[in-house]
Amino acid sequence: MKKKHYFTCIVCPVGCQIELVEEEGRIVEVIGGECKLGEEYARKEFTNPERVLTTTVQVEGGALPVLPVRTEKPISKKLIKSCMKKLAEVIVKAPIKCGEVVYANILDTGVNIIASRDLPAKEDKLLK
Amino acid sequence: MIGGGPAGLAAALKAWDEGIRDIYLIERDMELGGILPQCIHDGFGAIIFKESLTGPEYAQRYIDMLAKTEVKIKLNTMVLDITPEKKVTAVNSEDGILEIDAKAIILAMGCRERTRFQIMIPGDRPAGIFTAGTAQRFVNIEGYLPGKKIVIVGSGDVGLIMARRFILEGAKVEGVYEIMPYPGGLNRNVVQCLQDYDIPLHLSHTVVEIKGKKRVEGATVAEVDEHMKPIKGTERFVSCDTIILAIGLIPENELSKRSGIQMDDTRGGPTVNEWMETSIPGVFACGNVVHVHDLVDYVTESAETAGISAARYIKRELERREKPIKIELGRNVRYAVPQLISEKRLKGKIRFYLRVRNPERKVEIKALARQDKVFVKKFRIVRPSEMIRLEIPTENLSKAEEYCQLRFEVEGEQT
Repeated sequence: MKKKHYFTCIVCPVGCQIELVEEEGRIVEVIGGECKLGEEYARKEFTNPERVLTTTVQVEGGALPVLPVRTEKPISKKLIKSCMKKLAEVIVKAPIKCGEVVYANILDTGVNIIASRDLPAKEDKLLK
Repeated sequence: MIGGGPAGLAAALKAWDEGIRDIYLIERDMELGGILPQCIHDGFGAIIFKESLTGPEYAQRYIDMLAKTEVKIKLNTMVLDITPEKKVTAVNSEDGILEIDAKAIILAMGCRERTRFQIMIPGDRPAGIFTAGTAQRFVNIEGYLPGKKIVIVGSGDVGLIMARRFILEGAKVEGVYEIMPYPGGLNRNVVQCLQDYDIPLHLSHTVVEIKGKKRVEGATVAEVDEHMKPIKGTERFVSCDTIILAIGLIPENELSKRSGIQMDDTRGGPTVNEWMETSIPGVFACGNVVHVHDLVDYVTESAETAGISAARYIKRELERREKPIKIELGRNVRYAVPQLISEKRLKGKIRFYLRVRNPERKVEIKALARQDKVFVKKFRIVRPSEMIRLEIPTENLSKAEEYCQLRFEVEGEQT
């Protein structure tokens, strides 16, 4: 049975509405994009959409109570929720440098979670 | 430099690079970076660094570069006053009152969120009503979740980004209610923040009443007609404990206004020329204090211009035309920056930032000197939420120089 999926392309500001027709997981047709990039975007979004996850983790002894972190590379959209659950348990110790790995190879994706800022320890001045 | 956000940071660095050695950067917060440290999502720097950074990472790059200079940074310091003679009065608890006689001033105070009272939402005044940026600070810097069941009013970018952030932190987002028939934020955010998490976006809808005794208990929402008036009979009650307002930003210009700088009513920031100089010679402005940008990269770009220009002003290198070229706004142009061109001997390109009033497709943006079309650029689509950047080669501007006038027109088809 054929099934239709709809995507709003985000490659450029035009924001084409793209229709992707699928039959048992196989892409049959992609229509509605004003250019080739829209078709590629819809195919990728259908087969394996990926996102960079940005969130915070708890900090012990830091100048601030939470540290902003991110996945070093995009991860599968399906993993975002379980990734958040894992990171809810993480507590890091200050001081931390921007780019430092705070959680390696999350959910066996091969992707590290890294700090997105410097965070000094509580007794230090936030920034000199 | 007044303000240590992305604009102040980039302007200070450029002025330093141009050889200015006595620079103060005054910031009222406890750290540099402005709003960037709380914007933990990615998408910053795509134009300048060709990669997608988070807000704190973008700020960190400039903070690290600034650390290699001898720019004097004053944190936790509030500027109270600036005068047309360029005297800056500031205060903090270490130095007490600071008085600086500046040769040049760069205004980089950024912008501020609109509140409930600027759109007059009727109803009770319980706890649980926050602007999107305040909520963002609570979640991303202070580590608190302001509520569990959220209604978002307005679809500005910060609101869309916070919708996703609330979901990730375990709250429920009942929906986003936007009074206009199109979203206020970027397309990318509508897709990746709302559609990814199945958050409903109700266009042409508004909140007509907030209910709650001590804490927000809910909001009455209604559909609006083409004049943005609520349609009778469409009201419905949405239960929630928190209302987030993402209803736009306004340049923060209390200081500029008090000093008598000429303001531009189309966008609430100072009138500037292509050097980013205000109506007071030697006082420059850049970033969101001039007009609200949608990308930080362009804030940095305008700040670099301001930094270079301030240095040139101090070195007496700015040469003015007798009469500046005035920029006029034609069809479907809400505003243009700069409003004046002042350079005596034009060379290279002049950069303009424009915003339209209404979305249109198959668009031609034209620059005219009287009736002569001197520049055209085509766009497939233009939207009020997406700033337009144009670079006009100065060899196209000889007519404009002659008439001291240049007008922008946007011509397209309705979307």
